[in-house]
Amino acid sequence: MSRQQIKQSLAENISNNFDAFGFSRRDFLKFCTAIAATMGLPFSMSKLVAKTIEDPTRPPVIWLHFQECTGCTETLLRATHPKVETLVLDLISLDYSETLSVAAGHQVEQALHDSMEKNKGKYIMVVEGSIPIKDDGIYCKIAGKTAIESVQEVGANCAAAIAIGSCSSWGGVQSTFSNPTGATPLHKILTDKPIVNIPGCPPSPYNFLSTVLYYLTLGKLPELDDKGRPKFGYGRLIHEHCERRPHFDAGRFAEQFGDEGHREGYCLYKLGCKGPETYANCPSILFGDVGSNSWPVGTGHPCFGCVEEGVGFTKHVHEQSEVKTFTPGSIYPDIHFEKEGGITAAGATVTAAAVAAGAKLVSDTAKKIGEKSQDSSTKA
Amino acid sequence: MSDNKALGGKIITKPFIILAILAGIAGILLIKRFIFGIGAVTNLSDGYPWGMWIVYDVLIGTALGCGGYVMAILVYVMNKGQYHPLVRPAVLTSVFGYTLAGFSIFIDVGRYWQLYNVFLPWHANLNSIMFEVAFCVATYVLVLWIEFTPAFLEKFNKTKLLGFMNKILFVFIAIGVLLPTMHQSSLGTLMIIAGNKLSVLWQTAWLPLLFLISSILMGYAVVVFESLYSSIGFKRPLETPILSKIGKLMAWLVAIYLVFRFGDLIWRGELGTIFNDGWVNGTMFTVENLLFIIPMLLLFSKDKRSNAKVQFIAAVLLLLAGAVYRFDAFLVGFDPGQGWHYWPSASELLITLGIISMELMAYLAFVKWLPVLPNIKHSTS
Repeated sequence: MSRQQIKQSLAENISNNFDAFGFSRRDFLKFCTAIAATMGLPFSMSKLVAKTIEDPTRPPVIWLHFQECTGCTETLLRATHPKVETLVLDLISLDYSETLSVAAGHQVEQALHDSMEKNKGKYIMVVEGSIPIKDDGIYCKIAGKTAIESVQEVGANCAAAIAIGSCSSWGGVQSTFSNPTGATPLHKILTDKPIVNIPGCPPSPYNFLSTVLYYLTLGKLPELDDKGRPKFGYGRLIHEHCERRPHFDAGRFAEQFGDEGHREGYCLYKLGCKGPETYANCPSILFGDVGSNSWPVGTGHPCFGCVEEGVGFTKHVHEQSEVKTFTPGSIYPDIHFEKEGGITAAGATVTAAAVAAGAKLVSDTAKKIGEKSQDSSTKA
Repeated sequence: MSDNKALGGKIITKPFIILAILAGIAGILLIKRFIFGIGAVTNLSDGYPWGMWIVYDVLIGTALGCGGYVMAILVYVMNKGQYHPLVRPAVLTSVFGYTLAGFSIFIDVGRYWQLYNVFLPWHANLNSIMFEVAFCVATYVLVLWIEFTPAFLEKFNKTKLLGFMNKILFVFIAIGVLLPTMHQSSLGTLMIIAGNKLSVLWQTAWLPLLFLISSILMGYAVVVFESLYSSIGFKRPLETPILSKIGKLMAWLVAIYLVFRFGDLIWRGELGTIFNDGWVNGTMFTVENLLFIIPMLLLFSKDKRSNAKVQFIAAVLLLLAGAVYRFDAFLVGFDPGQGWHYWPSASELLITLGIISMELMAYLAFVKWLPVLPNIKHSTS
């Protein structure tokens, strides 16, 4: 039985086969609801999401790797609850992936060509990594073809393309000065297809998964911003949802690593946090599904803006960011006012008089007691 | 028949008149307070809602009123009958100390007309320390007056009723031992609620115990002070041997107190804070504890504590120690935030002095009129 056949048989009634994945129907519906929520869809949409996932006829995905570190694939593999990566890989019907394909060499090349032929105009192309263009793109070659040639060949017949990670979204780390390979983002090579950019180093797997499911569910791409990023994931600054934001507004900053403010969890802006100029939902959805604080700022490190072109890998790590919303005031109104209630001349006088009278009374009495006990002892 | 005898003599004397003038000034200021409100006479603020009246009149006032409580422990719980002559004068100071503390709360509470709600069980918040203190103190005032009734009954020769009272009095004495144990410790608990507004030198989970031990100490110190002061004021013989025994007891109590006080600081690793909590806190801490340590050293020495003058000085120092401790824990070590200051205003202080004067006047009148002080034959034997 080929891999394709196994998938086909599983897909025929996926919900009857959850046990094979160690995954209950309930877990499955919870997953669908969570995905719908990440995309900002109403609760009623979760049923549609579930139906889409169960649908056996799913467009396949061809996943290309170029100049990158495979971190994006890694983050996707660690997406969520146990076994869901299995589900997800079957869900998106991954026909070609240099990292995940069992086959190799000519066999896997054959699978790529078969899928492209069979699903012409229907498949989704995912590109991970930037595309070198300098010297005719000789710096990245797979199966004897340069990255540019692969993109043009696979991209020609795709329904849509997704650029996962900062490298394929805007060039990433390879594109920083002096960009020796001429690293170029996908949208500059493939200009005639709808492209969704999911930047990040790595991006949140949920921004990717939600985009794919959105497409599968509604048959269209999610609403994108001017940089081709889905608005549900990249519509707001990190700064806007950061849990340390109140410290920023109140002017409480960590001045250096390990100082008191840093230990107290103050704002990391002065340590070079790029949250104020980076658009991403990291503070809201976090990383690794391990609970609160599991994102860079949460652990005490300033955001370095990996998502944002011109910020991540470009600005210095500790360079102060350009605040896109409101800059903190340099002067704060004094919340401590000197209040009345201190010592007054009259208060001091009465206190002094009372203390003096008390002291005199005590010393007189002590003296008299002394005399009296002297008397009684001499009498005795 | 009785261990105690009325002193007799003129009630209106020169000291009595001076005290009456002070009480009169306070009376006028109190009228001002009840017409124009607390702000008109005090320096109290949102930062320092508790000032002189709470710390002196209530905390120190009731601790000074612990004489009756501690003598009851000594005589009835530890069964030391030899101290019995000192019980009634001690109960009398307690009666006034507590009654006037209750009166001070009435002055200090902003909406005093709501105070009766403390006594309505369906309004009781049993989780409130404040409720515990208010209810306990109010009940104890009543119990103290009942404990003191034999003096009235003896005065008016109500022998039958006196016999009945003496039979049932043990119930009230038992309650009278229980209640101060509860509220004197709860007065310390009040400051635990202040959290880190109170300097670590004073903020500790042991506050209730420290308040309880120091109130017992102040109770004994008052008994000694009062006995010696009456000896001079009313030209009565000294009660040196019995006071010497109480002195030894006090020395041990101070030792126990200091073990907890410093043991706690060492355990929490805050002993060094004495030197880095600002000069006011550091100095007041030092003064407060020297006031405990010096009389302890004096009273541990058998020779010294047999000397009436040393007894008197030690008692005064211990009263000051307890008082300074209360001022420190409620006002000096308390920092409600930047910008707040508190020093009692002249009117506030004059009202407190007036209340003390009323207490002393009532005491002077009662010991002359009622059988309170020990019968001389007994005390010299």
